[in-house]
Amino acid sequence: MPKDGGIGASSKRREDVRFLTGTGNYTDDINLRGQAYVHFLRSDVAHGRLEKVDTTDAEGMPGVIRVFTGADFEGVGGIPCGWQVTDRFGEVMQEPAHPVLAQGKVRHVGDPIAAVVAETREQARDAAEAIVLDIEELPAVVDMKAALEDGATKVHDDLTSNLCYDWGFVEENKAAVDEAFGKAAHVTSLELVNNRLIANPMEPRVAVGDYNRASDESTLYTTSQNPHVIRLLMGAFVLGIPEHKLRVVAPDVGGGFGSKIYHYAEEAFCTFAARALNRPVKWTSTRSEAFMSDAHGRDHVTKIELALDADNNFTALRTDTHANMGAYLSTFAPCVPTWLHGTLMAGNYKTPLIYVNVKAVFTNTVPVDAYRGAGRPEATYQLERVIDKAARELGVDPIALRRQNFITEFPYATPVAVEYDTGDYHATMDKLEEIADIKGFAARRTESEKRGKLRGLGVNCYIEACGIAPSNLVGQLGARAGLYESATVRVNATGGLTVMTGSHSHGQGHETTFAQVIAEMIGIDADQVDIVHGDTARVPMGMGTYGSRSLAVGGSAMVRATEKIINKARKIAAHLMEASEGDIELKDGQFTVAGTDKSVAWGDVTLAAYVPHNYPLEDIEPGLEETAFYDPANFTYPAGAYACEVEVDPETGRVTIERFAAADDFGNVVNPMIVEGQVHGGLAQGIGQALLEGCAYDENGQLLTGSYMDYAMPRADDVPFYHVDHSCQTPCTHNPLGVKGCGEAGAIGSPPAVVNAVVDALRTGGSNITHIDMPLSPSRVWQAMQG
Amino acid sequence: MPEVSMTVNGKPAKGQIEGRTLLVEFIRDNLGLTGTHVGCDTSQCGACVVHVDGRAVKACTIFAAEAEGAEVKTIEGMAEPDGTMHPIQAAFQDHHGLQCGFCTPGMVMSAAALLAENPTPTEAEIRDYLEGNICRCTGYHNIVKAIMAASGQDVSRVAAE
Repeated sequence: MPKDGGIGASSKRREDVRFLTGTGNYTDDINLRGQAYVHFLRSDVAHGRLEKVDTTDAEGMPGVIRVFTGADFEGVGGIPCGWQVTDRFGEVMQEPAHPVLAQGKVRHVGDPIAAVVAETREQARDAAEAIVLDIEELPAVVDMKAALEDGATKVHDDLTSNLCYDWGFVEENKAAVDEAFGKAAHVTSLELVNNRLIANPMEPRVAVGDYNRASDESTLYTTSQNPHVIRLLMGAFVLGIPEHKLRVVAPDVGGGFGSKIYHYAEEAFCTFAARALNRPVKWTSTRSEAFMSDAHGRDHVTKIELALDADNNFTALRTDTHANMGAYLSTFAPCVPTWLHGTLMAGNYKTPLIYVNVKAVFTNTVPVDAYRGAGRPEATYQLERVIDKAARELGVDPIALRRQNFITEFPYATPVAVEYDTGDYHATMDKLEEIADIKGFAARRTESEKRGKLRGLGVNCYIEACGIAPSNLVGQLGARAGLYESATVRVNATGGLTVMTGSHSHGQGHETTFAQVIAEMIGIDADQVDIVHGDTARVPMGMGTYGSRSLAVGGSAMVRATEKIINKARKIAAHLMEASEGDIELKDGQFTVAGTDKSVAWGDVTLAAYVPHNYPLEDIEPGLEETAFYDPANFTYPAGAYACEVEVDPETGRVTIERFAAADDFGNVVNPMIVEGQVHGGLAQGIGQALLEGCAYDENGQLLTGSYMDYAMPRADDVPFYHVDHSCQTPCTHNPLGVKGCGEAGAIGSPPAVVNAVVDALRTGGSNITHIDMPLSPSRVWQAMQG
Repeated sequence: MPEVSMTVNGKPAKGQIEGRTLLVEFIRDNLGLTGTHVGCDTSQCGACVVHVDGRAVKACTIFAAEAEGAEVKTIEGMAEPDGTMHPIQAAFQDHHGLQCGFCTPGMVMSAAALLAENPTPTEAEIRDYLEGNICRCTGYHNIVKAIMAASGQDVSRVAAE
């Protein structure tokens, strides 16, 4: 079998040809006959009472078909939340209603108030300007701590306060943790902000609703990472359409990074309006709308404390975090600062006692949900920053302090409820020291100093939990969904395969890598395998792509289904060769009888399955199609070590990334080229968070970073070539491919490396600075240097 | 409504437009050439870059009417008629210079314009030239590498600096 078709080969991506020639099929490329266009009129105030929404003039504007307001959705469900967190007192979180169009109040800039459907996009936009609004502006709640003060304005009048939940983890350990701090030889504490980010996939969101009156079926084309989840949430909880009357299609999707997981109001609106008007309704987000309607990410304010004994062993860790939920609960928002954050606070270290407190807060800002890494970057950042600070306070080498406290025996049960199955943190640190040329740093620093620049080195580790997750476990933790994945493998009579996966590719290259896996299993050319995803009418079921779960969970489902195929094909082959099934071997697309020269080709067997003239009909059915659902036994735990070298210009405070090295352990790797590309992209997003990106609101809740002119996206000249390595491989022990997931690592591991490096550089320059909050813009760094 | 006519990918193209119709809207909506993408509304992202009379232009920054009589080339016009990809397109595939593909048409058109004026750009020159093209997936590593490779430079040591 050609190695370019199998596991471990850097096969070129088959999807690239359509993307490179302009023949991709993104949602905005879909135009249906008779399509109307919707424009949403959005709130330009952060908090206000809707006194009047007068649509009379707008309805008379050219081309207007109908204007919808919140009143049209009074009999319709709100946008649901998919996760219910229980607080440290045993109470469930406060869960406000989230109407499709605002009812009674607006709660963030961008909250949709009315929707104009017209014959053209321009007519809809023009007519929206003719809607007369009377909004009594209310004080906006923006700062999380102020939001929790007595007497603070409430975002939701029917809730008791702006506190969504007060979560403690592990609550039973709290007293023991406090006691350990009392006995500590040294305590390092650090207050920091994990800056609010906006995911910004380059493709803005799009929704096209369609309705077939004859069959009473609705179709939604949408920019989603998980079309089946949207079908369930929107069908069951918002519009009351059963799954068999609702099709959701997510075709080529131009990046997601988490922001396209969630069910959004615009999707429900277009589906609803298409039924109401009996014609297709299309919405294409502008980038300006994306900034104020796509779920944001991060936004934690944290105090972390690390206790060490006299030998510098970590003895306890305590954190106190405020996490911004925004104005409403987005689909997975409550689980991000809790189960995706608290459970990772052990990091790569054998800290025996850990207590995490998280207060989730409603504010008059865009809802916040998972963004690449989701909870794990927040955990990694605070842990790796406080360790770095501790090393400085103790006067020890930060790498040595980490190594001293590494977990070295696996499986390892952390004090925060998870069990790492496998890993080798010394190996990734060894590899990092090699590829980053840590030994050569001193000479490079001297060279930088000759040019008047301060040079700093920052190193850190990370661990993440991927492949979410055992359904029974997450059910206990509050998930309102299972988190398995499904795959259907359909073998056609002439031997080609159509593989339907519930995972969704929006840049990850599944059409290539998934085909590589199946080609390897059967021993055929990958060109004979087609991967189908993103359409609930073609793929039986799916939970979608997020949390680096596609190969670990979706790929495992596909492997299980393919194993069923091979088992059945072996029976057919045994019949054809009049041999015992136990003697049949499959290699390079040929079934052979062990110890003989008898063989039949893959294509002969598949043809027999569909033309069963000579076939064991008494034992097995004709046909060759199998489905498998795979529910993982545990999370997977990719881990690694990263190093960043920066130069700081002492005159301006400008930071440049001079070198970046990443040594990752992803377990087994199917396509090294794609894995490296995933890490590159994650690194740029992490560097972006550390140096450039920060979503800003003013005290009135006005979004100050509402376009690419104000929100600093990383550009080509902000980043270097990266040195990435994934040769340290401790395969996952509980999934059939031994894979761990690589999609988020770069974004999780890189921010602390950058900040550690800048602090290192400034201290070299004589500053006694211990911390600067991200993004480390020239003005922040310069001010810190003056201070 | 006024009519506009131009040459797009070597073929005559015309259509009825509003005065406010942008070139990118004309290309996508009137001509159905959906390879040119719209990623922002402030002329920052570069997903809509096309060539107008040989120059790289963000098709969201000019009105369709301004391209009256112009020679326009879009991503659909880059490959040979038999489907053979342009060397820049091939280099992007060979070096994994794209992931979700949304910024890719603009990246390829910008890269083509760069190489037309600077046949062997340095890494720094490429990064500087791409200032107006945002990619969120690749971290730019493989885009820069692909453009260097398309210009005939040896990139075998890029990742092992």
